[in-house]
Amino acid sequence: MTQIAHDHHAPAHGHGHSHGHDAHGHDAHGHGAHGHDGHGHHDPHLAHHFDSLAQQFDSAKLGIWLFLATEVLFFGGLFVAYAILRMRFPEVFSFASHYLDTIMGGINTCVLIISSLTMALAVRYAQTDNRKGLITCLVLTFLGAVGFLVIKYFEYTHKFHDNLVWGPSFYVPPHSAEGDLEGAVLKTAPAPPGAAITVVNPAPWQVPDLARKPAVDASAVKAAAMGPSGVARANGTPAPAPAAEPAPDAKDQAHPGTHLEDASMPPNTHLFFAIYYAMTGLHGIHVVAGMGILAWLTWRAVRGDFSSKNFTAVDTGGLYWHIVDLIWIFLFPLFYLIH
Amino acid sequence: MAHHAHPHGEAHPEVGHVVPVKYLVGAGAALLFLTVITVATHYVDMGEANLPVALAIAMVKATVVALIFMHLRWDRPFNLLVLVGSGIFVLLMLAFAGMDVNQYEATIFDGNPTQVNQTLQANAPGAPLAQVKSTNGGAN
Repeated sequence: MTQIAHDHHAPAHGHGHSHGHDAHGHDAHGHGAHGHDGHGHHDPHLAHHFDSLAQQFDSAKLGIWLFLATEVLFFGGLFVAYAILRMRFPEVFSFASHYLDTIMGGINTCVLIISSLTMALAVRYAQTDNRKGLITCLVLTFLGAVGFLVIKYFEYTHKFHDNLVWGPSFYVPPHSAEGDLEGAVLKTAPAPPGAAITVVNPAPWQVPDLARKPAVDASAVKAAAMGPSGVARANGTPAPAPAAEPAPDAKDQAHPGTHLEDASMPPNTHLFFAIYYAMTGLHGIHVVAGMGILAWLTWRAVRGDFSSKNFTAVDTGGLYWHIVDLIWIFLFPLFYLIH
Repeated sequence: MAHHAHPHGEAHPEVGHVVPVKYLVGAGAALLFLTVITVATHYVDMGEANLPVALAIAMVKATVVALIFMHLRWDRPFNLLVLVGSGIFVLLMLAFAGMDVNQYEATIFDGNPTQVNQTLQANAPGAPLAQVKSTNGGAN
């Protein structure tokens, strides 16, 4: 905030400053003894410690690009985690992807692309002294961010409602009055008559394994152990015999009520939703941060800070917004478009 | 740098490059078109090719965003190097982590096949599941 106030008043002082990216701006003011005019700077937008506007602009751009590189590496770790999970559990990804709404994801992709376009136009309008166009485009970009988050909110809440989440809660039947972990354990525990499975006070994290393993490869379990009605499943209903499982090419058919009732659900399916929330959640946080930057830029644009001589903040803020779009361009096919 | 002639007579900055509107709108239209294409290919069964095709389209879209929206086509080449360099390092991490993933698989899974675990769990009344589970490290 101090920096902003400084920006606002600096032109009246007639000495150099920069546009929000310059941590040393205050130092320039501290050197009263130097006499700023002695350096031959007359451009109010040129900071004291830069030789030229070109050098100052290039420094700002290099700085923001180095930051964007750290963002790529930041998301890169999660992309690597995604890739390894998908290599290990390809069936989980092709199964669980069908629970994501491709239309909503596609609309969100378009929303981000259009907001990237308005952001690029905003930079152009700042460069060409079109203040009205600049403010309009910044507001439109901000609205794009809002729209993206609203759609994401509906996606998230729908999945929370169906217990399509990370961790043990994924194996709790949704819409249940006893939708807590204790309920899941109790439902898992009852052994069908004749079944040899005995559960000795299973810890919560064992529930998924117990519930899913027999259904995966029931042929490994002796028939006697299956009991007359099959192995108990997480929701208490008998697991279908392996022969009754749908053929691999039938996975596109409509899913039954909940994911727990879907006999074709592979084990460890919750891992898909763990990495889904981790990556889209981190991306969503970046969208929120972008909204803050856009609001700040809009405020400064309304105040009249930006012009063809001073647009670096719009440019660098725009670059941040574009990298948010760029990351979503990869997230969208990796999560929503798994065949 | 970046002192270009602007025949349209509009104001132009001393630094940076003003991207013509037709480039920006064209890039936006191309990105929306590619989004439709990539969603369409989702519904075509290409077997193993679906993922590479989707990633290739995403790479084209990312290139358009970087070169046009992010000005890299007209920017200092070093900024492009920074972006591409960060991507290369992500790929390096992916490659080495990927090589390591299955490195010890034989050791882990041959000793404790999933089917053996399941049989053990099913046939041993009262067997502590945690003990059986711990032998495969919670994997699978």
